[in-house]
Amino acid sequence: MSQFEPKSETGHAGPPHGHEPLDGHEAVADIGTYLIGLGLAMLLTIVSFFIARTTLVWQPSIPVALAVLAIAQMGVHLVFFLHITTGPDNVNNVMALAFGVLIVLLVITGSLWIMAHMDHNMMPMDQIMQMQR
Amino acid sequence: MTSFEAAAGGGYPDRVGRDWDLRDRRHEGEVLPPKSIIVGYGFWIFLLSDIVMFSAFFATYAVLVGQTAGGPSGRDLFDLSNTGIETACLLLSSFACGIATVGIQAHRGSWFYGAMAATFVLGAAFIGLEVREFVGLVAQGAGPTRSAFLSAFFTLVGCHGLHVTAGLLWLLTMMAQVYAKGYRADILRRVLCFGLFWHFLDIVWVALFSMVYLMGAAA
Repeated sequence: MSQFEPKSETGHAGPPHGHEPLDGHEAVADIGTYLIGLGLAMLLTIVSFFIARTTLVWQPSIPVALAVLAIAQMGVHLVFFLHITTGPDNVNNVMALAFGVLIVLLVITGSLWIMAHMDHNMMPMDQIMQMQR
Repeated sequence: MTSFEAAAGGGYPDRVGRDWDLRDRRHEGEVLPPKSIIVGYGFWIFLLSDIVMFSAFFATYAVLVGQTAGGPSGRDLFDLSNTGIETACLLLSSFACGIATVGIQAHRGSWFYGAMAATFVLGAAFIGLEVREFVGLVAQGAGPTRSAFLSAFFTLVGCHGLHVTAGLLWLLTMMAQVYAKGYRADILRRVLCFGLFWHFLDIVWVALFSMVYLMGAAA
């Protein structure tokens, strides 16, 4: 999150309590970053909504395409809006993010996997109801 | 000083068991990272733990999405044009929030207040659309009590909506604090944390509209 770093003319991190305001050029450059992010995010959103309703592509591919587009858009948000990059001042943020992604994948794929197996092995609900009568 | 004495705090009882390496290095000219970076990192950890909580709701929804108990499914209920307008509101609101954080870093009051007001209006429009959608669903008998699918849907989408509502209150608080206290370093850090929170909510919404609405309508 380089936006948290106090900016100075040399490009190095300023003193801990130095909070000089951004000058005009830096502010314009930062707004340019947000504009690029907005453009890419809008493009990916529009493609997602188009793909969901189109009949032009093979239908079973649609969920996969939507997932890929969503992950791409999350990446755009992380880089251009939250400023999570691979810069040297950002290692801790990226490591924490990697750990978070690991936990999210474990929770979601683990739940789907286990619950699909249980659903598959369970007696159909109407038969259970029959036995309880 | 022996190593045992150092571990015991060098004879000072209040230092026992603490790690004083960090403090000692500072005297040798090595500077700790600025407080704004430490605060940002801590808030980032909080956001990631919030994402883990959302992932549990997403997993619940994914497991229960087919359990409609003979009731309506997502294909029957979701109105994609409404979702599209909601998405546009939240994305533009996230962009306006970015402009506001640049504005406060540049100490431009007009940018900051203008962009924060735009962020609030777009965020409130999002909440309004979502509440209207929920009221409509309940009115047509598709409330959270209808089926396991709808319980999971209302929990997941409602939890995101509650986050956005809390974010709107935080936004107003930040505008008031900047107005009352000016561009102080601690206020600046809070505004930047708010910016992270707001962008994070948009990331959750990307997962939400893709997985719940678009996949639900396409399935």
